[in-house]
Amino acid sequence: MSMRVSKAGLLTSIQDLGRRGFQQHGVIVSGAMDSYSLRIANLLVGNNEKEAGLEVTLMGPTLEIESDCLVAITGGDLTPSVNGKPVPMWKPLFIPKGSTLSFGPCKTGCRSYLSVAGGFAIDEVLNSKSTYLRGEIGGYKGRALQTDDVLPLSVPAASKPAFLSNELINGVYTSSWSVNYKEFVHFTKKPAVRVMNGSQFDLFTAESKSHFMKEPFKVSNQSDRMGYRMAGPSLQLQEKKELLSEAVSQGSVQVPPDGNPIILLADRQTTGGYPKIAQVITADLPLLAQIKPGESIYFSHISLHEAEKIYLEKEQLLQELKIAINLASTK
Amino acid sequence: MNQTVTKASAVISPLGDSALVITFGDSIQYDTHKQIKTCKDSIELNPFPGFVECVPAFTNLTIFYNPLEVVAAGRKKQKKEFVSPFEVVCSIVQSKLENEQTEKELDHRTVSIPVCYGGEYGPDLEYVARHHNLTTEEVISIHSEGEYLAYMIGFAPGFPFLGGLSERIATPRRPSPRTSIPAGSVGIAGMQTGVYPISTPGGWQLIGQTPIKLFLPEQNPPSLLQAGDIVKFEPISKEEYQEMQAKEGGK
Repeated sequence: MSMRVSKAGLLTSIQDLGRRGFQQHGVIVSGAMDSYSLRIANLLVGNNEKEAGLEVTLMGPTLEIESDCLVAITGGDLTPSVNGKPVPMWKPLFIPKGSTLSFGPCKTGCRSYLSVAGGFAIDEVLNSKSTYLRGEIGGYKGRALQTDDVLPLSVPAASKPAFLSNELINGVYTSSWSVNYKEFVHFTKKPAVRVMNGSQFDLFTAESKSHFMKEPFKVSNQSDRMGYRMAGPSLQLQEKKELLSEAVSQGSVQVPPDGNPIILLADRQTTGGYPKIAQVITADLPLLAQIKPGESIYFSHISLHEAEKIYLEKEQLLQELKIAINLASTK
Repeated sequence: MNQTVTKASAVISPLGDSALVITFGDSIQYDTHKQIKTCKDSIELNPFPGFVECVPAFTNLTIFYNPLEVVAAGRKKQKKEFVSPFEVVCSIVQSKLENEQTEKELDHRTVSIPVCYGGEYGPDLEYVARHHNLTTEEVISIHSEGEYLAYMIGFAPGFPFLGGLSERIATPRRPSPRTSIPAGSVGIAGMQTGVYPISTPGGWQLIGQTPIKLFLPEQNPPSLLQAGDIVKFEPISKEEYQEMQAKEGGK
């Protein structure tokens, strides 16, 4: 059971929901940037939502499918196709052995997720299959995929599930249904990213605080999985202050002395010493993951309780989606 | 801000919607470290439902939790009304803080780290010596006589922030950071000293190098040093370095 990489693409890596429990040892969390899309891709192929999938960035890879497999592609629309014919996203696809799965131009978002029934047969490092690119651990040999890599797959029943059509459509067997992902992933221009005040919000000047909440910020080209560097009005502290290093989390917006905020993301360092003006709410982190360099966002302020409500509502919706997929898959 | 002051005069504040920070002080103090360590041990020994992990720092302890699991654990009693996961974790932390005994002394593990000082392994040793009007031998003996407390691990996997450096060799960072520092390098930055576990860019003054690995991804815990450890540096010769490195590499 395997798939072979015949073209690597820009940046494709194996990611799950992250390497948790080792931050006190300085080990970064990593994991899927758009966790909702990965979780839904896993649910669509009958995996545990924590299973690892491929995170595909902007220019996708070409994969030779060397054994029959059930997959699902979610997240940004990087126009996936099988043997040159477009295939749908957000639903299970059964791809016969010998097919070629490839990605084309990026239509929406910038990260796609590919899950395979049974998952990738790679060893966990510190309880996770996620690739930590800078530390060269986890995933496939601790690195992004390269041409001629052969990805081993775990061995689920590779026969075609009964709920899929009996007709090959564009080279795949698929379901008559797909999931409504719009509650989880949005693709809009200049989206509003909801934030809470950061631990050092009060140290910034009144003008900086007001600019931060009103003006657009552009995601610079120096952005990556570690963090998005933002360009906009310069943010300044009321007075220069040296802070001691402390833990940061995914979505922490820290401001170095140059005044340009950085949003810390999946591959962030575990600790930082720059003042944090804001904290992106957990439910909006997948939204950020789908913003391309060069695009702009706005920040909008909400309270802790609102953030918690939104988080819990989304988790409730995901539970309902899980039940709906199970029902649809047993028909 | 949603801040809560506890009886133990610690301040609890949110770090987003899935973590909170308990602040015990505002400067690097042994007593603060003791409170942080005691609180961390108490939570880790008896974790609450939804607890993910915690990260100690110089003045505070950050606790990461899964809000869904925190709420689910309390659901049976509370039914459907909105329950704030932050408030639930806050009250758990408060009761732990009230029941803690910080008077008792901490047990510190002492870890000895062999270091080959100077030469190709410590390109800034001579600079540090000149900066303080000392000989390189004096710098080595001051650095290796000291006992250092690991206040926190961060920045890179296994990187210890060590306090307790003698003012006699405290040296500012380099004006421009090196683009790549070899793994094992022992450096000085102001009143801190530390060891780079993996090769990264960095601006510390490098005085030596250890053949010992500080980041061990195939082991649990993956970091040789933990917050609360006492570190001692033991000078070794170039030959000893090379012999030990050959052994480490063969592990």
